[in-house]
Amino acid sequence: MEGPLTPALSTRGLAKSFGSLIVARDIELSLPQGARYALIGPNGAGKTTLINLMTGMLAPNAGQIFLGEDDITGLEPQERVRRGLTRTFQINTLFPGLNALEAVTLAVAERRGIARQFWQNVSTYKETIEEAHDILVKLRLGDSCYQATRELPYGRQRLLEIALALATKPKVLLLDEPAAGVPPEESGDIFEAVASLSGDLTLLFIEHDMHVVFRFASHIIVLVGGGIYAEGSPAEIAANPGVREVYLGTRKHD
Amino acid sequence: MALTETARTPQLYLQHLSRWRPIEIAFWLATLLPYWLTPDYLSLASQIAITALFALSLDLILGYAGIVSLGHAAFFGIGAYTAGLLSKYGWGEPLTGLAAAAFTAAIVGYATSFIIARFRHLALIMLTMGFGLLLGELANSAGWLTGGVDGLQGIHTWNLLGYFHFDLYGYTAYGYSLAVLFVVFLGARRLIHSPFGLALRGIRENRTRMPAIGAASRTHIQMIYTISAALAGIAGALLSETTQTVSLDSLSFERSAELLVMLVLGGAGRLYGGLVGAAIFMVARDQFSGIEPQYWYFWIGVLLVVVVIFMPNGVLGGLAKIYARWRGR
Repeated sequence: MEGPLTPALSTRGLAKSFGSLIVARDIELSLPQGARYALIGPNGAGKTTLINLMTGMLAPNAGQIFLGEDDITGLEPQERVRRGLTRTFQINTLFPGLNALEAVTLAVAERRGIARQFWQNVSTYKETIEEAHDILVKLRLGDSCYQATRELPYGRQRLLEIALALATKPKVLLLDEPAAGVPPEESGDIFEAVASLSGDLTLLFIEHDMHVVFRFASHIIVLVGGGIYAEGSPAEIAANPGVREVYLGTRKHD
Repeated sequence: MALTETARTPQLYLQHLSRWRPIEIAFWLATLLPYWLTPDYLSLASQIAITALFALSLDLILGYAGIVSLGHAAFFGIGAYTAGLLSKYGWGEPLTGLAAAAFTAAIVGYATSFIIARFRHLALIMLTMGFGLLLGELANSAGWLTGGVDGLQGIHTWNLLGYFHFDLYGYTAYGYSLAVLFVVFLGARRLIHSPFGLALRGIRENRTRMPAIGAASRTHIQMIYTISAALAGIAGALLSETTQTVSLDSLSFERSAELLVMLVLGGAGRLYGGLVGAAIFMVARDQFSGIEPQYWYFWIGVLLVVVVIFMPNGVLGGLAKIYARWRGR
């Protein structure tokens, strides 16, 4: 049992199929507040699909999604974000022509409900800009925040993915392979940045590098063929012979 | 831009982006030149100012929010007929005519925005075009109201501010059109430097990301579409007030398509692109149709092809690139 608190995010019987292809079957998840969950599984296991379902970018065929105690199954994606459920993308989904400061300022402005102000200059919203800048500094993007996003080095673009998500002040953050495409020596930086996030934040991340998973996750969910195959602490997952067979291979993890 | 970035606060940096540049002031001073340099061409100058305003309205949705429309003349026409009909039936006061035109166009714009905001890409182009064609045919068949192919007759515009008579040479017409263009431009400039302007650029840059940062892009699009419709309506009203006639071609597909050409020529997403594009297009048409009355579109075609190949971001985009290269040396 997870304790007396309501889980930050949970699903009940979540299912999705495209024609005869089942991409999510009867997913029952429960993320306690402040938890750091890793979602692992072979390619095509439905990891990104699950994030799409939970954030409302795909509609499930069956099941429910709860944010805290609220049923959010029918809400639009932006509505879920406003309630505190935010995601990042595996493939950079940024604003190429905006610089990092503008992009994060936009996200903060949306959260503060001032994005429809069309008469005052952006620069008059001091607190909004400073909040955006603080987020960028925290992710060590402060010195490149005036550069157009498309000109930023790839690793910094990955950090900007996270910065945009943080600007929405999430309660639950779903990170879809935050270090995808980043050389292994730099991926540590990105996860350090993730790990330094506030302890109240509930985190679920998809990641293929098992070193990273075992280092940062407090709990691991293994997804195979659209269903949850196993779930448990890193030690339990590492010891699970089935998981080792289908996913970790026979290679022993140190 | 030679920013000493470390010395700036983020706030000052954003403020800096929206400052008035000397070239802008020079541009607006230059718009007064026709009074001295080409007083015989004031009616053309006035047409250019009106078309520039119309192009500015399209730039707000296309250049800033990425919504391609091939039916924007619908709102221009609605504005033109609103002001024209008001005048024909006894109310020829120009400024309230503009307000009425803006209001009517905004209502139609808002009503259609519910559909517009749901579509993208090709579907959107077809929808706006279909809507434009539909309205054009409605105006054509409602001859009792619009005068059909003969155009709306019997418009009489009162003196501007009760004093300036709309003369044959276009002195008042140009001053009036230019003043309205300038005022609308000031508003549009404020808008694009506001948080809402930033949100529009967000939609243009990546509409998929917008919901993921909690943005209701559809509502944003509805809002800018309505504003853009109102401004196009003002442009239409200016035309009917200054020429004291409205014809069906104010609603035509050609007008929508030409508008898109002007914006592409000038450079979309730069506020001045529509203004420069309208000036280039109208002057080119005036000159080419003088040389070759039948085939002048040929030369417009050549101009378009050349600009798109060599300056993909329009004449202003091309100039900005050359300037940047020159500065970088």
